[in-house]
Amino acid sequence: MNQELQAIYFLWKRELIRFFRSKSRIVGSLAMPFFFLVMLGFGIGGMMPVDTNTPNYMDYIAPGILGMVLLFASLFSGIIVLMDKQFGFLKETLVAPVSRVSIVLGKALGGATTAVLQGILMLFLMMLMGINIPLESLPSLIAIMFLISISFVSLGIAIASFMEDMHGFQLIMNFLIFPLFFLSGALFPLDGLPPIIKFISYLDPLTYGVDALRLSLLGTSQFHVALDMGVLVGFLIVTTVIAAYLFRRIES
Amino acid sequence: MLFKPLNPSILAMPIIDTKLLTKKFNGLTAVDKVSLQVKKGEIFGLLGPNGAGKTTFISMLVTMKRPTSGEAKVNGFDIASEPMGVRKSLGIVFQDQALDEELTAYENLDLHAALYGIPRAKREKRILEVLEMVELDSRKNDLVKTFSGGMRRRLEIARGLIHYPKVLFLDEPTLGLDPQTRKHIWEYISKLRKEHGVTILLTTHYMEEANSLCDRVAIIDHGKIIALDAPSALKDSLGGDTLLIECPHPEKLAKLLKGKKGIKDSRIHDHSLTLMVERGEKQIPLVMQIADGGKIEVTSISLHKPTLDDVFLHYTGRTIREETASGADSMKMHMRAWRKSK
Repeated sequence: MNQELQAIYFLWKRELIRFFRSKSRIVGSLAMPFFFLVMLGFGIGGMMPVDTNTPNYMDYIAPGILGMVLLFASLFSGIIVLMDKQFGFLKETLVAPVSRVSIVLGKALGGATTAVLQGILMLFLMMLMGINIPLESLPSLIAIMFLISISFVSLGIAIASFMEDMHGFQLIMNFLIFPLFFLSGALFPLDGLPPIIKFISYLDPLTYGVDALRLSLLGTSQFHVALDMGVLVGFLIVTTVIAAYLFRRIES
Repeated sequence: MLFKPLNPSILAMPIIDTKLLTKKFNGLTAVDKVSLQVKKGEIFGLLGPNGAGKTTFISMLVTMKRPTSGEAKVNGFDIASEPMGVRKSLGIVFQDQALDEELTAYENLDLHAALYGIPRAKREKRILEVLEMVELDSRKNDLVKTFSGGMRRRLEIARGLIHYPKVLFLDEPTLGLDPQTRKHIWEYISKLRKEHGVTILLTTHYMEEANSLCDRVAIIDHGKIIALDAPSALKDSLGGDTLLIECPHPEKLAKLLKGKKGIKDSRIHDHSLTLMVERGEKQIPLVMQIADGGKIEVTSISLHKPTLDDVFLHYTGRTIREETASGADSMKMHMRAWRKSK
């Protein structure tokens, strides 16, 4: 057991070392969400009537943009397992006397930690832009961010387990990542959507993630916090089990 | 009796023992009923062209691929039912690089040592020990992406040894390296066995490599072992050396040489004579003496010793060189070049 924990810790550490060494990747991954925040916040926010009772549009999408950072960063860090597969490093871990579950856990925890770090950087950028970030809700915010991130890293690992190379990545980008993002209520309330799209968006786990983040940041949410957390924990369990199962079947 | 005699069956127990090991991929048999034993402390070579099934064979022994049928034991552990015991017993250097280029040499080794359960207190000492052995201690804090191909190979060999494995698997350890670096790696491999007594199983399609490094060689083709013995015995089995003698009157010389000790056979051509002999280098002075005595002019003598390629040719009708000049090799080189340029 001790050896498994040591392995998990070192695989986690590897993700962090790689993260801090690739400054350009950090900038690259924060740039798009930041542009979304600025462009949509000023552009669409400027078209809306000023109403002191509801939060302004920039404040409204801030939790959604945070969700975007987490979604992109964590799914990507799961799918990057493919690079390990392609460039050989994966073999090194697969022949080690460590259970595959530990390898998945180390990878998922490491990837999630780097995603949360990017989320925190984004929060900092938001503060610089004058968006109100209640510091007292930071612990709950980090917990929610971590929950969301581990689930999506695991989903990424599961996808990477049956993909052969990075060629399919564009498909995943278009048919998984963007729909998950747009249907999550990150940029607009779900109430006004046609029933079918509304139904689909209720199937999107990120919907509940963004809702929980919004509750934490703005104090208002669409669903009850118990529903949000229930769905997120359920999604976490399902994705990690699937990832561990698929990862175990990898033969070199 | 003061000492209990060692059980000879333990001493004789092979460290790798396969029985009818077979792997099929969609109808293609990559490894076909291979049974072989590798003894403790020997350097055992699997020699064969690309695609002969060498890597697949190793992949099964290191628990990366499941055999279709047959069984195998490594260090006494069954590869199917005791994979953790097998994994703890072995170190491996893969054919394709398996280092994390974004990490330093030290970090790569530290991660590996941790994965193999070496406690913190021992890790640093062992890392420095193996780095020193492959002469990379001065580069320990450099990122692996700044390393040359030879340095990466050495680092991988070091990594394979950190947890003191009983068996070290080397899959094409010198593929894609320049001749000088190749010699260097050979020296390390010989040193390993001498100083650490580790058993080494290596695959190669370079005959010189199998010839100069290995105690025993299994020649493998289309997933089957076609010959297995010490390199010298394999070569001797072909019937010894050949002397090619050029002279204006080969028939006269052949007559004088007939029946002399060590000369097994002769063939007369237009202006030359081919002799099948034992220990060809010792025959040359003898031949000269006899030619001198018979006043026969000899223009040149050349000695050809059989190589493992000749052995391969003898059993398969093809040479390993022909096989290897195929696209697979150059493809691999391209991949490597591409990775490095990234």
